[in-house]
Amino acid sequence: MNALADRLRRPLPLCLLLGLLALAAALTGLRAGALPVDLRDVFASLGLARAADPVLAVAVRELRLPRVVLGLLCGAALAVSGATLQGLFRNPLADPGLIGVSAGAALAAVVAIALGVTHAAAPGLLPVASFAGAALTTWLVTRLSQSDGVVRPAQMLLVGLAVNAVTGAGIGLAANLASGEALRTLTFWLYGSLGRAGWEEIALAAGPMLFAVLWLPRRARELNALLLGEAEAAHVGVNVERLKRELILLTLLAVGGAVALSGIIAFVGLIVPQSLRLWTGPDHRTLMPASALLGAALLTAADTAARTVAAPLELPVGVLTALLGGPFFLFLLLRLRDRGEWL
Amino acid sequence: MAVSLAAAGLIYTANGRRLIDEVSLELRPGEVHALLGRNGAGKSTLLRVLAGELAPQAGTVRLEGRPLADYPPRELARRRAVLPQQETLRFGFTAEQVVALGLYAHAGGPQRQRRIAREALAALGLLALAERKYPSLSAGERQRVQLARVLAQVWEDTDHPRYLLLDEPTAALDLAHQHGCLLEARRFAASGAGVLVALHDLNLALRYADRVTALIDGHVLAQGAVRDLLDRATLEALYGVPIALLHAPGEALPYVAARPRGFRRDAGTPAAAPAPPDHGNG
Repeated sequence: MNALADRLRRPLPLCLLLGLLALAAALTGLRAGALPVDLRDVFASLGLARAADPVLAVAVRELRLPRVVLGLLCGAALAVSGATLQGLFRNPLADPGLIGVSAGAALAAVVAIALGVTHAAAPGLLPVASFAGAALTTWLVTRLSQSDGVVRPAQMLLVGLAVNAVTGAGIGLAANLASGEALRTLTFWLYGSLGRAGWEEIALAAGPMLFAVLWLPRRARELNALLLGEAEAAHVGVNVERLKRELILLTLLAVGGAVALSGIIAFVGLIVPQSLRLWTGPDHRTLMPASALLGAALLTAADTAARTVAAPLELPVGVLTALLGGPFFLFLLLRLRDRGEWL
Repeated sequence: MAVSLAAAGLIYTANGRRLIDEVSLELRPGEVHALLGRNGAGKSTLLRVLAGELAPQAGTVRLEGRPLADYPPRELARRRAVLPQQETLRFGFTAEQVVALGLYAHAGGPQRQRRIAREALAALGLLALAERKYPSLSAGERQRVQLARVLAQVWEDTDHPRYLLLDEPTAALDLAHQHGCLLEARRFAASGAGVLVALHDLNLALRYADRVTALIDGHVLAQGAVRDLLDRATLEALYGVPIALLHAPGEALPYVAARPRGFRRDAGTPAAAPAPPDHGNG
C-alpha cells in the first residue's frame, strides 16, 4: 500500500491517474441529468457508436457536452493559474478568486454588457473585456501588495478582500441598472455557471486558455527557483523580470477566458494545487500538469453535482466550490499557523 | 584580460543615502576575501552590487573584464553563486531538492543533478538531512543547506574561474560549523575559485581570509592583506569599541577581543562591576 502511494507521488503515474479521473468526471457529466443516459448512448451521441435516439443525442451534444468541455477547460485554467500565482508570489493562499483578479475580469465583462455589448453584436469582445479587467486588477493588486519591492502575501489577501468588495458592488450595480434579466445574470457572474456559454463563445476563448494551460507547465523549473525568492532565482540564472511578465500574461489569458465563459468560480485555484502540494510536495514539474488534470476533473464533477443534486433546480457551481473551498482555506490557514508560518 | 571579479569606483545611493561610496575591490581566483564592517556599514549592499542584483549609480562591476550586465543570466550563474544573508523559502522541498535548485543553469540530466546535490550536501555534513523537509530544519541547518545549494551551483570546474559571494554564512552556525563553513570556502578557493565573504567574526576572518576590505559608512577604511589589518587603532576605528589583541602560546595570529568601556567581569566575580577604562594589550 505504501509502495503504491509512493509510486503515485511520481509525475507520470500521478498524471495518468488524474487523467483517468478527469475522463471519468467527463463521462459522468455526459450521462447524468434529468434524462439519464447510459454509456453506450453517450458514445453513440458523440458519433462513436451506432446511431442513437435523436432526443438523447441532442441532449448530450448540445446541452451536456458544452458544459463538460467548459468544466474541463475552466477547471484546468483556474487550477493552473492558482498554482502559478502561488509560486510567483510565494503565497500559498493566492487564488485568482481570492486576490480579486476574477472579480476584476467579471466587472469589466458586466460593464461591457451594460454598455450593450452582446455576443451577437460583437463576438470576442466579452473575453477581451474580461481579460482587460483581469489585467487591470492584477496590476492594481500587485502594486498595492508591495512594500520595499517585495509582494507581501498577507497584504495581498487584504487587498484582494477590498478589491472583491468593490468589484462585487460594481457588478451588482451594473447588473441592476442594466436590464430586467439582471438578477439571473448577477448570480451568473458572482457565483459562476457552466450553463451559459455556447459553442461559439467557447470556441473564441478556448484557444488562448488552452495555450496558457499547456505553456505554463513548461516554466516549472523557473517557478521552482522563484520559490527561493526573486533575487535568489536571478542568482541561479533565471531571467526574473521576463519570467514574471510571461507568467502574469499567461495567467491573465487563462483567468480572463475562464471568467468570460463561466463567471467567478472561486477556490478551484486554491483547493487543487494545495491538495496536490500536500500529496507530492512543491515541485512544479509535477504540480503544474497534475493541477491542470485535477482542476479539470474537480470542476466538471462539481458542475455535474450542481445540476443534479437539487434537480430540477440548478445550483450555481461557484456556490459548491465555495462550500468546499471555505473550510479548506481555514484548514490551510491553521496548518500554516501550526508550522509557525504566519503569512 | 583581467582574471577577476572587479569593481572600480562603485557608488550606490538609495533613498538619498549613499550606501556605497567610491568602493573599488578585486576578487581573484584562489583567494578568500573577507568583507568587514559594523552593522549598516554597507557589506550586504556591496555584495549585492557585486552580484549584479543592485545596479550602481557609478562604477562598473566586471567579470573577466566584461561588465556583469553583458552576461546572459544563465552564463553568469554558471560562474558565480551568491548566498544572501536571509533565506525566505517556506515551501516544503526536501533539503536535497533545495540544493538541486542551484543547478538551474546547468545542462545535464537528473542523475548528474542528484550526484552534485549529494556531493555538496556531503561536503557540509548534511547527507543525513537530505530527505528532510526544509522548513522543518533548524536555522543553522537551513543556512548550511543554502550554502550547499550555492556551492552546488559552481561545484564543477568549468573552463572559467568561479566566484562565490557569501553574506554572513556563519551567522546562524555553532562554533564547529562556523569553522566547517570557512574550511569549505578555503577548499573552494584552493580549487581555483574566488570567495568573497562578509563576516562579523574577526578571528574567523584572520584565520581564513587572504585579503580583507573593511568598510565604514559605505567607504573603504582599509583594504589589503589580512595581516595589515592587525592594528589596534584601525580595528578600534572600524568597530568603535576598545580592542585588545590577545596572543595565545604557539599561535602566530592573535585573537581579537572587544573590551567595551565600563564592563569588566573578573574570574570569581559573579556580577559586572564598573572598571576604569582599559586600553591594555592582553
